[in-house]
Amino acid sequence: MSHAIEAEGLVKTFGTDVRALDGVSLTVESGTVLGLLGPNGAGKTTTVRVLTTTLIPDSGRALVNGFDVVTQADKVRSSIGLAGQYAAVDENLTGRENLRMVGQLLQLSRRDASRIADELLEHFELTEAANRPSKTYSGGMRRRLDIAAALVHRPPVLFLDEPTTGLDPKSRNAVWAVVEELVAAGTTVLLTTQYLEEADRLADRIIVVDRGAVIAQGTSAELKADLGETVLDLEFVDPDTAQRAAASFRGTWTGGVVLDGSLLELSVDAGPSEVMLALRTLESAGIVATRMALREPSLDDVFLSLTGRRAEITEEES
Amino acid sequence: MTASVLPDGASPLKRSKVHRAFSDAMVITERNLIGYLRIPESLFFSSVQPIMFVLLFRYVFGGAIATPGMNYVDYLMAGIFVQTVMFGSINTSIGLAEDLQKGLIERFRSLPMARSAVLAGRTTSDLLRNIVVIVIITLVGFAVGFRIHTNLLAFLGAVLLMLFFAYAISWGFAYIGLAAPNSEVAQLMSFPILFPLTFASTAFVPASTMPGWLRAFAEHQPVSLVINSVRALTEGGPTARWVIPALIWCTALLLAFVPLAVWRYRRTS
Repeated sequence: MSHAIEAEGLVKTFGTDVRALDGVSLTVESGTVLGLLGPNGAGKTTTVRVLTTTLIPDSGRALVNGFDVVTQADKVRSSIGLAGQYAAVDENLTGRENLRMVGQLLQLSRRDASRIADELLEHFELTEAANRPSKTYSGGMRRRLDIAAALVHRPPVLFLDEPTTGLDPKSRNAVWAVVEELVAAGTTVLLTTQYLEEADRLADRIIVVDRGAVIAQGTSAELKADLGETVLDLEFVDPDTAQRAAASFRGTWTGGVVLDGSLLELSVDAGPSEVMLALRTLESAGIVATRMALREPSLDDVFLSLTGRRAEITEEES
Repeated sequence: MTASVLPDGASPLKRSKVHRAFSDAMVITERNLIGYLRIPESLFFSSVQPIMFVLLFRYVFGGAIATPGMNYVDYLMAGIFVQTVMFGSINTSIGLAEDLQKGLIERFRSLPMARSAVLAGRTTSDLLRNIVVIVIITLVGFAVGFRIHTNLLAFLGAVLLMLFFAYAISWGFAYIGLAAPNSEVAQLMSFPILFPLTFASTAFVPASTMPGWLRAFAEHQPVSLVINSVRALTEGGPTARWVIPALIWCTALLLAFVPLAVWRYRRTS
């Protein structure tokens, strides 16, 4: 299978000490979705900016659709679409004017640009709002317009930088449906996200980045497999108690043990008998858990076990 | 069959590099002008300030300022014109800083468009905006007693010169807009440059009353040369001694600022 995106050893530093990218390598096969997952500041957006030619890497090399992002930037630009987390539409322009402008900047005639603008507005259910300045749009409408603007020239490769950050669940679902539809039509998508659920649902392959480096990659299932089939959550009254509980498992527990505040997460490989073992271990240590739950591992667990930190960023922080 | 999410194709027009740069700049110009028209308050309030300056100097300070051989209002208007178009160039830096802040520049940079187009479009739309402002200020000037003592052609020459000057420096402000972290800072960065250049000049008072060191600066700096040119072209007197150095300055500033701003646009991170 051919690679729509290939990057090798990308390094980008800002100033003297901020190493935004510290040797990122990745490949995306044509027609698939790659999820670039990581917390704020992990280097996701910087990666997208290098691949979309808006930032020149200090070292490393990247090809998009077979074109070099540095030396053949214009060819790359003609074959990609970019929709960003800041919903880069002109808020003074109407939806139609925004799309027509992008079409004209892609060297389409005014007539073609207008026609394509109308088709996209129709498809994204923005026809009714087409003649209103986009500053009157809701967050979800703006995001749809932004994605529509990235599709004007039918790019074979689409970059979506945190496409659903800040959206309500309904709008998020609408964006997901669009991405699924594009992929079904053969588009290659590179998607960055801090939402594990999003990567889980949309991405064929996931790359976890942290501090400018790739720390894990694989399918969602592969990443989860490292954690065992089931996770046992044990919650304690305070972090001290959780720490004592963690100590009691050390040496006896065969699966992973992750301590996170007053929460202890144990990976369970051998089924119910192992859960019994966990409870007996607690009992003999004289520690009482306040809450217990068995669940499927999430990508959040992946991140936590890889980095010792949680990936999930709350809305207030992002 | 349901419509595909991807639009039906259309072929890009085959255009030469120069033609592409020009048409891209026009698309951006149109986009900026739509923005200005959608916020008429912006044009209105940016005209209010120069009008207040006209009234302030005409009626408050004017009586105390001696301008040999000329009514003060006639002396004043050349200064007001140039001050107004200069301050108008702040819009260039604010506009670009906003585009940068809102992520529009990011989209433009990811499109296969000319690298000069965003800047050329911005400076062109600000040039057109300046024409409107000059018309308003001319009318206000006439209302408070300003008269052209040469001829219409000379006045048009004066207008062209100030537009050329404003266009040249707006490329400098384009650089500031791209270098500033946001539009508020872009505005704050612009004032310390504009204030000394407009006030330590021959805009409102003859330089002869200033202390020697300041006078030397005020008489030779480009803003004064442009103001003196406009004054000579509207009120009479020798023109070549002002207009020629003013044109040289404008050309030099343009040649310096255009590559500087484009360089900044290419590398803006």
